[in-house]
Amino acid sequence: MSSETQKILTTDGIPLEVSLKKAERRNKIKAFLLVAPLLLFLIITYVFPIGDMLMRSVDDKMVTEMLPKTFKAMEKWDGKELPEEEVFKAFYLDFRQLVDEKREGKLSTQLNYTKNGFKSIIKKLRRKSKNFEEGNYKEQIMAVHKRWADVEYWKAIKRRAPAYTSQKYLKGMDMFKNENGEIVSVSEDRRIHRILWLRTLEIAFFVTLFCFLMAYPIAHLLATLPMKYSNLLMICVLLPFWTSLLVRTASWMILLQQQGVVNDFFVGLGLVADDARPEMMYNKTGTYVAMTQILLPFMVLPLYSVMKTISPSLMRAGKSLGGTPIVAFWKVYFPLTIPGIGAGCLLCFILAIGYYITPALVGGASGTLISNQIAFHMKSTLDWSFASAMGLMLLSGVLAIYWVYNKLVGIDNIKLG
Amino acid sequence: MNKEFVKFDKVDKSYDGKTLVVKDLQLDIEEGEFVTMLGPSGSGKTTCLMMLAGFETPTHGEIYLNGKAISSIPPHKRGIGMVFQNYALFPHMTVYENLAFPLRVRKIPKDEADKKIDKALSMVSLQGFADRMPGQLSGGQQQRVAVARSLVFDPQLVLMDEPLGALDKNLRESMQYEIKHIHESIGVTVVYVTHDQSEALTMSNRIAVFNDGKVQQLSSPDELYEKPVNSFVAEFIGENNTFAGEVSDISGGKCKVKIANTEILANPISIKGKGEKTKISLRPERALINPSDKMDNIHSGKIEEVIYHGDHTRVRINLLGNNQFILKVPNSSANMDIKLGKDIKIGWNSDDARALDPK
Repeated sequence: MSSETQKILTTDGIPLEVSLKKAERRNKIKAFLLVAPLLLFLIITYVFPIGDMLMRSVDDKMVTEMLPKTFKAMEKWDGKELPEEEVFKAFYLDFRQLVDEKREGKLSTQLNYTKNGFKSIIKKLRRKSKNFEEGNYKEQIMAVHKRWADVEYWKAIKRRAPAYTSQKYLKGMDMFKNENGEIVSVSEDRRIHRILWLRTLEIAFFVTLFCFLMAYPIAHLLATLPMKYSNLLMICVLLPFWTSLLVRTASWMILLQQQGVVNDFFVGLGLVADDARPEMMYNKTGTYVAMTQILLPFMVLPLYSVMKTISPSLMRAGKSLGGTPIVAFWKVYFPLTIPGIGAGCLLCFILAIGYYITPALVGGASGTLISNQIAFHMKSTLDWSFASAMGLMLLSGVLAIYWVYNKLVGIDNIKLG
Repeated sequence: MNKEFVKFDKVDKSYDGKTLVVKDLQLDIEEGEFVTMLGPSGSGKTTCLMMLAGFETPTHGEIYLNGKAISSIPPHKRGIGMVFQNYALFPHMTVYENLAFPLRVRKIPKDEADKKIDKALSMVSLQGFADRMPGQLSGGQQQRVAVARSLVFDPQLVLMDEPLGALDKNLRESMQYEIKHIHESIGVTVVYVTHDQSEALTMSNRIAVFNDGKVQQLSSPDELYEKPVNSFVAEFIGENNTFAGEVSDISGGKCKVKIANTEILANPISIKGKGEKTKISLRPERALINPSDKMDNIHSGKIEEVIYHGDHTRVRINLLGNNQFILKVPNSSANMDIKLGKDIKIGWNSDDARALDPK
């Protein structure tokens, strides 16, 4: 059969396949030119920043470039005893250069990340080094502060020699490379990131669950009500979309605070005493409530679009064949909505896992997520490489979820609308 | 055989509390019968079927199935098989699973269920299709699966809601015979809804013609065609020539009806006396050109249009002031002189001209 197909020629004697390709090439080029602007836009605004983030998260060139002579001299050092005079001399020369360029402050910040205690001794070294005499730099530097005579500090400097590092990722998992190059966890009372990761997963999971439980009946109602009512309901679902996220979050603050509407209502009903109003904000409860409300449309819409395509006669068929309404729902209707459930849950979970504004405003200390930590490092500590590393960890987490979903349900079994 | 296997007893149905979709419906269906509900859209036939299936409740009156009132029984307990307009096969289940569904919910053991499924599939000649998904089947095959599924649990009654509506003409015709044969071979009672009169005439034992929420006539296909009891049925079933006029005399099983300036003889069906308005219905094939002298109505008309149909020719004639009078002339050498604009003589027996209500 295939050999016959290959033999077919056009009237000009050109093989059919070649002719077909030629005929379609123009269309392909046209199609590519049409999407080219978007492709370019995507590369500039998506691929490039993520690549940049990746570079930044592993980049550790700053110290490498600030102390080039030192690291060259250190290559011969075994890292056990205090280094030789040669290393001290190289360090002095590098350091003088940095002082001349007024960059020694950055060095102290960077080295302080590696080991606490560098800040003060670098300040002191800067003052004293102005009066250094030529020769025997080892003695002179060690005389500035006793830490300069401590081999641990020199080991810490050496650890910063490589241009690339995984330490930001380790830090994101509350781990670090110790002096011997082993990966170990930080002490238990300092493991904040793991708690945050787990809390982020937990909140994203429960918000998705709550959204699903609330959205399923709403979407069903939307899909089955007569047009007149379903349009109104659809507007109610979409209305939050048309309101600013900040406004919605702020209105939840008004509702949930201790002197707020919800608490007043509970007190009015006599459910809680006036002096024992429950805290519903600045904790997980606030995050759950506000995020569920905000992410609800993202669950309703995919479910609705799938349910709309399910013919009502299928449920009727299920019933007429002898299935009770529950059996007909569970065996016929529910399996047909799985593509919508998958799409809605994936969408909600991925949005929730990276949510920022709402937990920042209503989450308080116990309701903030990993994204708030990223923002903190972007804005306050200015440790962008750490923020990038955590951002990438979040991204890879999302991709992992996507992969698992693809394995379990199949990504082509998804329906967004 | 139970003469009142299904009984609609004074059933009314209204959706909005203002208009009645079904009015005072009285209908008995015999066990083992194939009854078709035929009517234009909006005539209430599907509503009747849905009430029987249990998806709608009668606003007034009661429906009996085998002597039992069923209005308060939910659909899944009625044990009625149903074939839906768009088949309503479960798209996420294989053909086998679709057929197993009614057996599984009835907790029929697997080996027994497998036998029933095999039997049902062979009945619609779909052996070997058990593992296909409905989406992999053609329209006709899906239709057969739907029929098999409605029969697989041996229901006493099967309802079919325009099951052939989505098929093309050839397939529809062959499926009509197939469903008819299945009905004959297993003897199940079938209530069939359609708006296609040829489908109804082909398949049914009896046809209930619906219009305006009422059964206009319930009778066998031949009687329905030959002896319509009112103008609606006469016009809805088959082709029909009509004359509107006034009764001028009625005697001895015949009546004279004044039309235009002449009088014609007709068979009085729904008229009582002189002076009544009436509409006369005459099937096109009952009127002949070049009539014999035995016919008691002979009139002449002018040929307005000739349409060639191969085996016959349709001729539109202006006759007694009705320029829509249609004749079907067999394509024989004796009838070669039919030409546009020619005057010809047309005759028919007064028995075939049924004087009905003026509507």
